[in-house]
Amino acid sequence: MISSVFGVLFDGFAYGMLLFILSVGLSVTLGMMNFVNLAHCSFAMLGGFVTVTLTNELGWPFLASLPLAFVSAALVSVVFERVLYRRLYRASDLDQCLLTIGIVFVSVAVAAYIYGTIQQPLNLPSYLRGSVSVWGQSFGVYRLFLIAVSIAITAVLVAALEYTRFGAKVRAAVDNQRMARGLGIDVDRVFAITFALGSGLAGLGGALAIEIVGLDHAFAFTYLIYVLIVVAVGGLGSIAGSFVAASLLGISDMAGKYYFPELGAFLIYFVMVALLMWRPVGLFGRR
Amino acid sequence: MVTSSAALEPQRYLETQIRWRPVEIAFWLATLLPFVLTPNYLVLASQIAITALFALSLDLILGYAGIVSLGHAAYFGFGSYTAGLIAKWGWGEPLTGLVIAAAAAGVLGYLTSFIIARFRHLALIMITLGLGLLLAEAANSASWLTGGADGLQGVRMWKLFGVFQFDLYGTTAYTYSLAVLFVCFLVARRLINSPFGLALRGIRENAIRMPAIGAPSRAHIRKVYTIAAVMAGVAGALLAQTTETVSLETLSFARSADVLVILILGGAGRLYGGLVGAIIYMVARDQFSGINPQYWYFWIGTLLVAVVIFLPNGILGGAARLVRLGRSRA
Repeated sequence: MISSVFGVLFDGFAYGMLLFILSVGLSVTLGMMNFVNLAHCSFAMLGGFVTVTLTNELGWPFLASLPLAFVSAALVSVVFERVLYRRLYRASDLDQCLLTIGIVFVSVAVAAYIYGTIQQPLNLPSYLRGSVSVWGQSFGVYRLFLIAVSIAITAVLVAALEYTRFGAKVRAAVDNQRMARGLGIDVDRVFAITFALGSGLAGLGGALAIEIVGLDHAFAFTYLIYVLIVVAVGGLGSIAGSFVAASLLGISDMAGKYYFPELGAFLIYFVMVALLMWRPVGLFGRR
Repeated sequence: MVTSSAALEPQRYLETQIRWRPVEIAFWLATLLPFVLTPNYLVLASQIAITALFALSLDLILGYAGIVSLGHAAYFGFGSYTAGLIAKWGWGEPLTGLVIAAAAAGVLGYLTSFIIARFRHLALIMITLGLGLLLAEAANSASWLTGGADGLQGVRMWKLFGVFQFDLYGTTAYTYSLAVLFVCFLVARRLINSPFGLALRGIRENAIRMPAIGAPSRAHIRKVYTIAAVMAGVAGALLAQTTETVSLETLSFARSADVLVILILGGAGRLYGGLVGAIIYMVARDQFSGINPQYWYFWIGTLLVAVVIFLPNGILGGAARLVRLGRSRA
């Protein structure tokens, strides 16, 4: 019983870390520009398909394909940002929702056209497979790897935001966009770079997600809801909030599936609605 | 004297709006054409009428009161299951079933409207989405009641008024759906062209200023949300009664997203937007049904992007702009 609780906590935490990588970029960009980007998971899906193509078709090692998943998602997102998104920064929530949901539809259709509607296989290298046993408790190696990667990313993100000049600009723009403009910060530029980095992280998350949750053409839709829950519950523009919300969501989802399988996803939707009614700006949100 | 004439102005404006225009009469006469021109497509026509009613109900809250909802299918599905279950349990009379389903959806809408009225922006979008998903999951879990993923089987409808059988050709189905749509449209039209309708538009434009000029925003939002839920429930009940089955799809996020797309394509905030959108969307989907649904979504997505960038007020808004341009040239 104790070991099953521990196993659920571990798997749930690893799953939560995955959700964190997928959603942290959206949280920061939403906090900065209030732009509702429902297509965030399309960039994640792109990263996933880049990794699948590189490892399966071209024989790249899995670890080497991860940076490329990051870079390609970041580059594509910048193109979208410059061509489409920037026209709608001052438009209503509804218009932003519609534009980005349109992009999700298109990306899902394109993925189905190129890759078909099956789950994509992925050959992990042997050193990431299997599990290690510590004190009679077995841990999946890949999940340990996932947790290590996400904690490293969190550390880098927090350090970059707290201690670099660019991070200071980002914080200023999230806190008060107009004031930041008034002080001579080029918010559009800061936003474009942040957007690219966030989408790149999503791409990386998409690549890392294949082993845990699988990858198919509908990924952009399926995980959109989870990512939105993390962002809305954690609070806009808050890395700590996203971290806590993603861990909570991952663990409660895993626990719900393990202990109350008949309830399905009912539990997490209920938790989300209840949390939002209690704190509409999220756990760590300020506005 | 000046003040009294200023006070009369909104009233005059409403009076001119409420008058029936020839285009509107022509539109409603044209809805009778399928009986003559395409008698083989009456089933599709009744589906269009149902979708149009659903889009109209969303238009009331989204187009007029500015409440963005990603979970409007909750009320559609709730009405659908209510009507289906009543018929399954042995009361197959259509009209009373419709009324009961409408009332059930209305109660659900009234209860949730207290939540809806408190929030705006992202929190509102997420809460409507969450409530919709919550209900869909609940229906999926309660398979002893709803039939789960297999859908609700064994729905048997009695004859309409004891005379008209729901047949395979859909003659009764289309007549019935169209009549209900028309009645609901009249209600919506009366509602929108009333001081209440003007207050709703005020809330859409500035929800904070409205209470300051004496219009309670939250009470108005609760009212219109409940009315929209009733209409969505009626649309769902019509679907259950005319197809004699209910599936989980009636509650799904895809249905909420579809109706939003339909309304936006047609033009939100215009009574005919949802109707025109439903006709175009459903006919196009029927024509393209041979191709894979995945590719259908490619075109819908492209169309959405194009509409948002180029036609901010939908097809009807674009048409109205063309007409105005033509008049100013002439």
